[in-house]
Amino acid sequence: MSDVAHEGTSGAPPEAEDTSWRKRYWKKNLRLMITLLVIWFTVSFGFGILLIEPLNNIVILGFPLGLWFAQQGSIYVFVILILVYALWMDRIDDEFGVAERNEEGGYK
Amino acid sequence: MNETQFWTFFFIILTFGIYIIIAWRSRVKETKEFYVASQGVPTLANGAAVAADWMSAASFIGMAGLIAFLGSDGSVYLMGWTGGYVLLALLLAPYLRKWGKFTVPEFVGDRYSESVRIVAAIAAIVVSFTYVVGQMAGGGIVFSRFLGLSIEWGVVLVAVVIFIYAVLGGMKGITYTQVAQYTVLIIAYLIPAFAVAYQTTGIPVPQISYGQILAELDSLSVEFGLNEFTEAFSGRAGGQIDVFLVTLSLMLGTAGLPHVIIRFYTTKTVRGARYSAFWALFFISLLYLTAPAVGAFTKLNLLQGVQGQGPDSLPDWINTWAPTGLVTVNDDAETIQTVSNLATSGADLIVNNDILVLASPEIGGLPAPIVGLMAAGGMAAAMSTAAGLLLVISSAASHDLYFRVFKKTGASEKEQMLVGRLAMGVAILFAIWAGINPPAFVAQVVAFAFGLAAASFFPILILGIFWKKANGPGATAGMLTGLAFTGTYMVYTLEVFGTSANEHIFNVSPEGIGAVGAAVNAIVMIVVSKLTAPPSAKVQEMVEDIRYPQTRKAAVRS
Repeated sequence: MSDVAHEGTSGAPPEAEDTSWRKRYWKKNLRLMITLLVIWFTVSFGFGILLIEPLNNIVILGFPLGLWFAQQGSIYVFVILILVYALWMDRIDDEFGVAERNEEGGYK
Repeated sequence: MNETQFWTFFFIILTFGIYIIIAWRSRVKETKEFYVASQGVPTLANGAAVAADWMSAASFIGMAGLIAFLGSDGSVYLMGWTGGYVLLALLLAPYLRKWGKFTVPEFVGDRYSESVRIVAAIAAIVVSFTYVVGQMAGGGIVFSRFLGLSIEWGVVLVAVVIFIYAVLGGMKGITYTQVAQYTVLIIAYLIPAFAVAYQTTGIPVPQISYGQILAELDSLSVEFGLNEFTEAFSGRAGGQIDVFLVTLSLMLGTAGLPHVIIRFYTTKTVRGARYSAFWALFFISLLYLTAPAVGAFTKLNLLQGVQGQGPDSLPDWINTWAPTGLVTVNDDAETIQTVSNLATSGADLIVNNDILVLASPEIGGLPAPIVGLMAAGGMAAAMSTAAGLLLVISSAASHDLYFRVFKKTGASEKEQMLVGRLAMGVAILFAIWAGINPPAFVAQVVAFAFGLAAASFFPILILGIFWKKANGPGATAGMLTGLAFTGTYMVYTLEVFGTSANEHIFNVSPEGIGAVGAAVNAIVMIVVSKLTAPPSAKVQEMVEDIRYPQTRKAAVRS
């Protein structure tokens, strides 16, 4: 894999250091992404489809639990997952100095 | 004019007026405004626009009815059409925003090659076109029922209004009308849902209270020869494997649909794209969490209303909907013994899925203004999605095909705008024609667009971002085999183009084949990419570059 080391802008850190922060940033991003996708799969395909029949034996407020996950619970979790991703990426961006907070015009 | 018609006219004219005013205020002159709204759309507004773009006539009009009759298996649409946003938010939106140009085919053109761009542009046109047909037909149904117009005139009227704001304002006009349309459609959807929930259970929160009626609904359903609402894998013939694959196909298709992806090009920053995805799914979930409740309550009211009744003593709403042909009663039956949503079932009362939501205020006995609001909401859902799709069709035709294949250089800004607008006009004419002659049920047509998007775009976008060695020949081969495989199976199992419907192989329905097609695409792409030369250093540098929101500021070290 030929990692690109050329930043192209003036004042960028030296090449070696540059590459290493990028790798660490990407690794943290991937780890967060995989964790969230595992949860995504578990609540939807796991609870809502593969395990729906056994979970339906548990009934809460009139809802068989498997049905609840398939029609309600999974969607609540999806919304939360995306929010967690956005918030967590803000932290990672801050840590590596690539945050875009308060940048109304965006980058060029 | 009766009271319902008065209120329908009132809300339709009011909302259409608002859309046209917004369009006039956001008219544009430059291609950057026309295609990506100058990348200046605030996060919250973009979220609402994505939601309106996304929630189609099928979501608004068809879905609750589908779920009412599918029962538990209706979850394929609920999870499928929301779960895809998790993939979109985590795997696509931020990176495509960072790359930051105009269209989806343009991204694959930069990432792979010009020939992939052309294939992608054609795929974008085919997929969006399949999808736009359903919107037009949905708008026509609303007009024919509520205003007594013929379906043909309904479709033409919808198209004219979309034409005005899409051609004037491009992406910018579409974005801000979509924000207004989201507001209209969500209010129209939630008010009757909350009212019906309150009437039936005393708790005005349908998402929670529909649990209470499930036991009663199950026993009534069985009495009328329908499957139990809560029983898993009873609504779809293919059982568990089919439910799994259809859900997956809809998710992958959601993440691969160009008209949704391009909305994330319009945010100011990469961070804005992430938060837009959150707001989008939040806004979408308000409707999707309510839909199964609407389906359950409406079905219960419907069954209770016809229980023990003869064809002459049925509730009024059946008579008002009968002229549309969407409700049919067997006049020879002494009392209504069987109910179905299938036209060929021979049941005493046959109710089309598409009217359950539109008729829900009447089925639940709600006042006329709410019925009128419902009509405006259905129109908003159909128009907002149609406009987003038409933009994709016009941008693919002009920006990705015309100016790449026929006129490669020397096109002025003015000329590009003119061709973009002309393409939009032609696309609308096609949509009118197809909307008047729609091939099948609204929601069903849309489901195939997802399969095609899953099998064509999703794998090449994901691999393009996460695997630097993915190359042009791989993407071309993958996309073509994915599309051919999926399309062939759909034609094989469906009655289209005069072919007869064959048995499903391994219980996989044509809606579910897209997930398998996506896997075929990915495998072919990986194999071909491995066997051919890796992409140039410049392309690999681009892939590296889109992974980081911006150039690191020199002062910060970690």
